[in-house]
Amino acid sequence: MTEIQQKNISILTAITAIGQGFATTFKHLFRKPITEQYPEEKRELPARSRARIVLTRDPDGRERCVACYLCSAVCPVSCISMQSAEKPDGRRYAAWFRINFGRCIYCGLCEEACPTSAIQLTPDFENCRRDILTLVYEKEDLQVDHGGKDAAYNFYEYAGVATDEGPKGSHEKESPPVNVRSNMP
Amino acid sequence: MTLWISGYILLLVKFGLVLGCLLFLAAYLVWAERKLLARLQIRYGPNRAGKFGLLQPIADAVKMITKEDIIPAEADQSIFLLAPTVVAATALLMFAVVPFGESLAIMGQRIPLVITDLNVGLLFIFALSSLGVYGVALGGWASNSKYSLLGGIRGAAQMISYELALGLSLVPVVMLAGSFSLVDIVNAQSGYPYILVQPVSFAVFFISAMAESKRIPFDLPEAENELGAGYHTEYSGMRFGLFFIGEYVHIQVLGALTAVFFLGGWHGPFLPPFVWLLVKMIFIALVMIWIRGTLPRLRYDQLMALGWKVLVPVSLVNIIVTGAVILMVG
Repeated sequence: MTEIQQKNISILTAITAIGQGFATTFKHLFRKPITEQYPEEKRELPARSRARIVLTRDPDGRERCVACYLCSAVCPVSCISMQSAEKPDGRRYAAWFRINFGRCIYCGLCEEACPTSAIQLTPDFENCRRDILTLVYEKEDLQVDHGGKDAAYNFYEYAGVATDEGPKGSHEKESPPVNVRSNMP
Repeated sequence: MTLWISGYILLLVKFGLVLGCLLFLAAYLVWAERKLLARLQIRYGPNRAGKFGLLQPIADAVKMITKEDIIPAEADQSIFLLAPTVVAATALLMFAVVPFGESLAIMGQRIPLVITDLNVGLLFIFALSSLGVYGVALGGWASNSKYSLLGGIRGAAQMISYELALGLSLVPVVMLAGSFSLVDIVNAQSGYPYILVQPVSFAVFFISAMAESKRIPFDLPEAENELGAGYHTEYSGMRFGLFFIGEYVHIQVLGALTAVFFLGGWHGPFLPPFVWLLVKMIFIALVMIWIRGTLPRLRYDQLMALGWKVLVPVSLVNIIVTGAVILMVG
C-alpha cells in the first residue's frame, strides 16, 4: 500500500467515526432522559446510608445512651459533646447531649464506637439550613422513640453492672460473680 | 422634507424590529441550546423556571443585570469596559445588510426589507467580523490575567486564520451572483440555492464561520478546562452578558449569512419570506448545537492545520474550478 492510499484510508475512517458520533447523539434525542428529577423523584436510599444522627431507645422505651463518651472521643471533627450522669437505679445517662451538624462529616465512626447501639445514622440527608446555628442539635432533637437498626437490643440485659434489671451475675450469658474468699485451692 | 422624515422614522422602526427580534432570539437561542444539548446528552435541561424552563432567559437576564460588575484592580479600565461592547456591537451590526424579504410597497412608497442595501455588503460583513477580533483580543489583554491573555491571543490567531478561509469560500458566490450586495446575491438565487452548485464552498464557509463565532469544536479562546473561561474569565454581570449575547447573535448572523449565501435567503415556497429566513437561520443554529453536542474541541495545532492546510487550499482550488466552469459555460 502506498503512503497516499494509507492516508486516504485514515481520512475515510476519520469521517466514518465523525458520522458515527453524529448518529449516536441523534439517537439520544429520542431516548428518555436518565435524569432523576430530585425534589419530585426521590430515590429509596439504603437503610445503612449515613446521614442525620439519632439517639435510639431500647425495647422498653428507655434511653440507650450510657454517656460513655466513646462517640465523642472517636469523632474526627469533635462535633459530639455530652455530660454524663447516673440515675439512682444505677443506669448512666447523658445529662445533656449535643451534636453540631454544622461540623459533622457523617463518617459513622460514632455509630461503630457505640457499645449500646444508641447513636445511629439515618438515611435522612436533607438538612440544609439558612442559619448554621440551627444545625446544633440538643438531646431532645436527637432522640427518637424506636430502636433503629438494632431494635431488640437492650444493653442492660447484657451489661455487668447492677441496675434495676438485676444484680451482678443475673444478666444473660453471665454467671454469678466469683466469691474470691471461697475460691481457695 | 416629509419624505426625509418618513424615511428616517422607517429606518428607526426597522432598527427597532430587527434589534428586538435579534436580542429576543438570542435569549431563546440560549434556552434552545441548553434544552437541545441536554436531550443530546440524555438530560432534561432547564425545566424549573416556568413551563419547560421557558422563563429561564428572563431569569438569566435578571441575574446578569443584578450581579456585581467587577473590574479587576490591575485591569486596563477603559479597554476592559469597552471590549464586550465591541463584541456585541459588531455581531449586531452584521445583521444590517441581511435582507429578510422583497421590498414592500406601503402608501406608494417602496420599502426595502433590509436595513441598508450596501453595494459592498459582503465586505462590510468581513470588516465587522475582523473588528470583532478586537473585542476578544483586547478583552483578554485588558483583564491583566494570564488565562484571559491566553484566550485573547488564541482568539485573535484563530479568527485571523479562519477569516481568510471565510473570505475565500465566498469568492465563488460573488462570482456567480456578480455582486457584493447581499440583496443581489439573494435575488440571484431565486431559481436554485447556491448550495447545489457550491457544496465545497458551503462546507468551507460553514466550518470557518463556526470557527469565527468561537463555537465548539473551535472554542479554544474560551476552553473551560484549560483557561477557566478564556478571554472573559475576569468579566462578570452584564459585561459577561454582552460577550454572551455577542456569541449568540453571532450564531444567528452565521445562520442568516449561510441562508443568504447558500440556501437562497428568504426565497422559499408557501411561507412568507421573513419566515423562510427565520426557519433557515434556526435550522443552521440547531445544526450547530448538534455539532456542539457531538464533537470534542480541536487541539491548537489541529485547528491551525485545518485552517491553513485544508480550508484555504480547498477554497483556492474551488475558486479556480468555479472560474473555469463559468468561463466555459459562458
